[in-house]
Amino acid sequence: MLGLHHYLLQRITALLMAPLVLGHLAVMIYAVQGGLSAAEILGRTQGSVPWLLFYGTFAVAVSIHAAIGIRSVAHEWIGLKGVFLEAVTWVTGLGLFTMGARAVWAVTFA
Amino acid sequence: MMSDFLKVTIERGPDARNVRQVFGVPAYKSQTVLDAVSWVQQNADPTLSYRFACRVGMCGSCAMMVNGVPRWTCRTHISKVLDGNAVTIGPLRNLPVIKDLVVDMDPFFDKWIAAEGVHHGGLTREDQIAPVDERSAERIEANSGIECINCSVCYAACDTVAGNPEYLGPAALQRAWTLLNDTRDRGRDAILAAVSGKGGCHNCHSIGSCTAYCPNELDPMSAIAGLKRETTKSFLGKGR
Repeated sequence: MLGLHHYLLQRITALLMAPLVLGHLAVMIYAVQGGLSAAEILGRTQGSVPWLLFYGTFAVAVSIHAAIGIRSVAHEWIGLKGVFLEAVTWVTGLGLFTMGARAVWAVTFA
Repeated sequence: MMSDFLKVTIERGPDARNVRQVFGVPAYKSQTVLDAVSWVQQNADPTLSYRFACRVGMCGSCAMMVNGVPRWTCRTHISKVLDGNAVTIGPLRNLPVIKDLVVDMDPFFDKWIAAEGVHHGGLTREDQIAPVDERSAERIEANSGIECINCSVCYAACDTVAGNPEYLGPAALQRAWTLLNDTRDRGRDAILAAVSGKGGCHNCHSIGSCTAYCPNELDPMSAIAGLKRETTKSFLGKGR
């Protein structure tokens, strides 16, 4: 149900997310110190390639990581197999990526 | 202090959850769980089916669920598992029940084969006996897992097996790990491929019930972690 590729992808995405989560939390805490408006945030993120890469990588990693995790849960707790299990995996991954990518694009280049 | 009689509840039949019989079993000193089951079979109900052979913790045939926990019953003192003066004994979890306390071990042993838990020899009878360095890191790693008695306690304890019937389970994967570290075994690629499949080592969630309940105090969870490392190294190294 989980092969070597699933395992590796989930570990690699976890490795990617660990520093990204810390970076996200650190910036969030730092940025709101003196009060910060949505316009000010957008002023910093709009047109910024580094923020696009930072949160874009985050969205991709989350999508892959969560899809594989949900795959395990769906198989072991609901007993999903075969095409249904593949469908749940891909719908979860692509769904999360679509939502994440849309949000990242909205605050950087839209 | 134990009372004179123990209340022994035994789960009977293939549909064990629904059929529970209670027996009053005389208590005595140094009594094992297997002793209590044998007393019931010899004195109360000769139709009770169960397995045992060596009675000294070597053959691995007498494992059962004792108060919901998998144990080797011949080496488990009943005084240590009593709840008051009562104990509940059932067939091993995660395996099909044949009758009463007897489970079908076929899935368990089939998975040993599926994990390539068989010796892959590379020598003929004409060759010299292969030297084994007892102090090498690989041999120490292999030695830590070779005292497995195939009792299936780890398999019954494993929640991943319960949720994922294709999962090879701790005993089969630990066997694969010992062979991978055995210099005499030439099946490295076959083993790594076998433990990387759909039911392979990567399904393990490292819950650790195998290591917690192994009656021989082996550590299948670490063996499985070793397989995860080796399959990863092999993949990254060879690009396979």
